[in-house]
Amino acid sequence: MFPTILFFIFATVLIGAALGVILSRNPVYSALLLVLCFFNSAVIWILLDAEFLGIVLVLVYVGAVMVLFLFVVMMLDVNLEQLRREFVGYWPLTIAVAGFVVFAIINVIVVKHLGGADLQTAPALAADYSNTRSLGVALFTRYAYPSQVAAVILLVASVAAIVLTLRQRKGGKPQNIAQQVAVRAKDRVRIVKMASEKRP
Amino acid sequence: MISLTYVLALSGVLFAIAVAGIFLNRRNVIVLLMCIELMLLAVNFNFVAFSRFRGDISGQIFVFFILTVAAAEAAIGLAILVVLFRERSSIDVEDLDTLQG
Repeated sequence: MFPTILFFIFATVLIGAALGVILSRNPVYSALLLVLCFFNSAVIWILLDAEFLGIVLVLVYVGAVMVLFLFVVMMLDVNLEQLRREFVGYWPLTIAVAGFVVFAIINVIVVKHLGGADLQTAPALAADYSNTRSLGVALFTRYAYPSQVAAVILLVASVAAIVLTLRQRKGGKPQNIAQQVAVRAKDRVRIVKMASEKRP
Repeated sequence: MISLTYVLALSGVLFAIAVAGIFLNRRNVIVLLMCIELMLLAVNFNFVAFSRFRGDISGQIFVFFILTVAAAEAAIGLAILVVLFRERSSIDVEDLDTLQG
């Protein structure tokens, strides 16, 4: 019973923060409320016995991705007055689409009883069950190759981010190392043979 | 223990909020990226819940990979955003009409 109460408390805060993310006019507030969303999600995942992923969510998302978002939000000198204008008038379409999504999902899980009765109780965990250990065992045996692909994806993403934002400064005087190394003495010094001048 | 139905309902509501955010915030590409992050979070909720209730760890491995790809996507998306702001001095979606779409 106690985990269910905790779940409802954190789920309420999560939904409130998510509404704040989309309704806030200031992108800085949106980013900070999204951080709150990730913290609440991490707590709910830990309540669902996914401790490792809960911690990873806090470390990776709050620690890296959201800091990146905040950095970009503050670095771009966005005109807030312009952003504070009215939302473009899509309210009826918005409510219709969101209502349809909620209706479809609730219909599937409540009316159609997704998964039947066998999914309503979670299997009991062994006393010495370790979420990190079982995740690691699966990751380094069955999913060893996909995890290396994930590493390559991260490498490509970091290279791509640098290549996209790298900017050659106009009017700079950068060294061209290849040209410097390839230079030969005959390119720089011209030896001229001439008869010696006579003193007049 | 939490009921599976509650988690799936929470995930559905979160996804719907993110969809609504994409329809509402047409002015600001940063908030659009944040809404995509919210959607991925909602999907991850489903994976974690089913992984727990089926007693299968593979669902959590999938969440792991989704987190990886989402981090890569956020990095590249924000890099494109910075370049876009340099070129246009604006992050309004409605200003991006070069292709007359």
